[in-house]
Amino acid sequence: MSSEERPASLYAPQEPIFPRRVKGRFRTLKWWIMAITLGIYYITPWIRWDRGPNLPDQAVLVDLAGRRFFFFWIEIWPQEFYFVAGLLIMAGLGLFLFTSALGRVWCGYACPQTVWTDLFILVERWIEGDRNARVRLWKSRWDFRKIRLRLAKWTIWLLIAMATGGAWVFYFADAPTLARDLVTLNAHPVAYTTVGLLTFTTFVFGGFLREQICIYMCPWPRIQAAMMDEDTLTVAYREWRGEPRGKLRKGKLDPNQGDCIDCMACVNVCPMGIDIRDGQQMECITCALCIDACDEVMDKIGKPRGLIDYMAFTDEKIEREGGKAPSIWKHVFRPRTMIYTALWSAFGIGLIVALFVRPEIDMSVAPVRNPQYVILSDGSIRNTYDVRLRNKNGEDRVFELSIVSDQPLTMRLEGEEGLSVTVPADSTKRQRVYIVAPPDSPAARAERVPVRIWVEDTTSGERAYNDTVFNGRGK
Amino acid sequence: MARKPEKKKQEPETTGHSWDGIEEYNNPLPRWWLWIFYLTIIWGIGYTIAYPAWPLINGATPGLLGWSSRGEVAEEIQRFKEKNAEIEAKLASADLTRLSEDPELMSYAINAGAAVFRTNCIQCHGAGGQGAVGFPNLLDDDWLWGGDIESIAYTVRNGIRNETDDARYSEMPKFGEILEEEEIDQVVNYVLSISGQEYDAEQAALGAPIFEENCAACHGVDGKGNRDFGAPNLTDAIWLYGGDPETIKETVTYSRFGVMPAMGLRLSDAQVNAVAAYVHQLGGGE
Repeated sequence: MSSEERPASLYAPQEPIFPRRVKGRFRTLKWWIMAITLGIYYITPWIRWDRGPNLPDQAVLVDLAGRRFFFFWIEIWPQEFYFVAGLLIMAGLGLFLFTSALGRVWCGYACPQTVWTDLFILVERWIEGDRNARVRLWKSRWDFRKIRLRLAKWTIWLLIAMATGGAWVFYFADAPTLARDLVTLNAHPVAYTTVGLLTFTTFVFGGFLREQICIYMCPWPRIQAAMMDEDTLTVAYREWRGEPRGKLRKGKLDPNQGDCIDCMACVNVCPMGIDIRDGQQMECITCALCIDACDEVMDKIGKPRGLIDYMAFTDEKIEREGGKAPSIWKHVFRPRTMIYTALWSAFGIGLIVALFVRPEIDMSVAPVRNPQYVILSDGSIRNTYDVRLRNKNGEDRVFELSIVSDQPLTMRLEGEEGLSVTVPADSTKRQRVYIVAPPDSPAARAERVPVRIWVEDTTSGERAYNDTVFNGRGK
Repeated sequence: MARKPEKKKQEPETTGHSWDGIEEYNNPLPRWWLWIFYLTIIWGIGYTIAYPAWPLINGATPGLLGWSSRGEVAEEIQRFKEKNAEIEAKLASADLTRLSEDPELMSYAINAGAAVFRTNCIQCHGAGGQGAVGFPNLLDDDWLWGGDIESIAYTVRNGIRNETDDARYSEMPKFGEILEEEEIDQVVNYVLSISGQEYDAEQAALGAPIFEENCAACHGVDGKGNRDFGAPNLTDAIWLYGGDPETIKETVTYSRFGVMPAMGLRLSDAQVNAVAAYVHQLGGGE
């Protein structure tokens, strides 16, 4: 290497991006999505839902201490975690579906990073002005005005960030109580730590790191790129229509040039700071703001819209050869997306069915194996079982236990006179159950015999059973 | 003026390194990433100063914060002790026969008792309380010294046949020094007969008066034992040392002297009550 040449830097400074304001159908859609998603996020913990005296009245609540998840009329117990697994599978299939049909639509419209960055840019524009004013302010010296504007912006960002972190913890405790505790400094340190951490990440990610998160931290773009195919709709530039690009001369378009007047509108509105005319690239989150920006310009110069547009890779080939690309619905409805939709729906229906058929009472039986059996003074053989009785009702219930076996076995409950036991509302009771085989009966002599334990809710008549074994002496 | 689409992406920068004509693309990391890397180094150095870290010949640097994992455990134990102090006091002075009237105290006693049992009792009585030869099974319905909760608590506190004054005490004579071997065989056959096992009827008939004379004082005329002396019931299916003729003969000839330490010397009153409550609900409690 010659001594004159300086090696290229291994570290790139962050290029500041000042997205310009844009109007159009995709921008409007994004405002709506932002309003709805943020609305859901902030308001949900405050919705009340009456479940009776023994259960919380918060509609959506992750009760970590009680190991319950409440969602309106649904209550999920820890052993019903398969519902969560099912939802995750649905989320995965949904991701396949949307990515194969619409590319990085999640990134562009619904990702919290995108939504909060959008909100932060809105605040930025409100305080500091649009793109040109912000560029000027960025270049200017640190005078009083700049400090004032920056402080105002950061304060509002911080308030939004705190509201974000604050809303998160309301999902894990009774929102009105926790809100009061947070304000009066009586809340648990974990609540403050969580709020603090989320405030910090929201502030830094939304205010300063922005596109860096998507490019360097997030694995999503790389995973999603692997799930796209030539029919996937992405934001693309109709290069064959736009090139050769050139400026307007005296307000007129040179007939030899393409439709692109190199006005840089698409670059100026891009929150990722890229030029979509360079083709598809890893940084593009397909937020479609460049489409809005370009359409606006095309309207002004009297050219058809869609110089930048949602397009599939196959369309490009057809259009270059002068053909007409099929409707975008042809790309959306194709076997691959249909199969994903079918699988997604199948899981959804399965979960809903499982939700409706799941019992209100439940039992699990664990035979005590240390020791497997006990010889009693009259020579009979006793087995012990740890039985967990779950009462998912909002009130105490009396459960009655019984056994079914072709052997003359008898049952007894520890600490109870008969065979019934009261299980408190919305809880699991651990009950020790003894089963005794008479001396020298076949069950006492056998190595093991099958036993079925039944439980009945004496109020509702609902029944459940569990198959287990009775261990004899084996001789 | 018309211009081709930019070529920026098609011709990536290289780092300038070239070996045998192979060049390396430069995909630079963001600068903030570099700063975070430096920050982690500074943090790491600070961490080794604040916490125990650098190995020395005898141990390691203690760290400015004075934190240690042992200290943390001790603190945690202390915290739980303080938290449980009230219920421990309640348990220490509780009337055990009425424990089930207070479900919270009962639940605490059983759980605490399980922990005490696992630490102090399983060495002889087994992890499940099933005992072993010479060490009673605590799960069955046969008790040498009584199976109600207060008797269990007394046994735990004072033990059996140890040096303490309040220990449960009894001693079976070595009948090998008192009876002839022939007589012992006869009495063994008598014991086999009352416990429902196979026996020699002639021998057993001869053994009956020997039993009445030598054994009935403790084991009862009917052989059902006596809890005042910890004398086992000889008519049931449960044998501490074994119910076969050879073992019974050995027991009669040489006697037995099972010992249990006075756990009250090392356990608190609350712990004694807790483990008594735990043992009582294992299935055999009276």
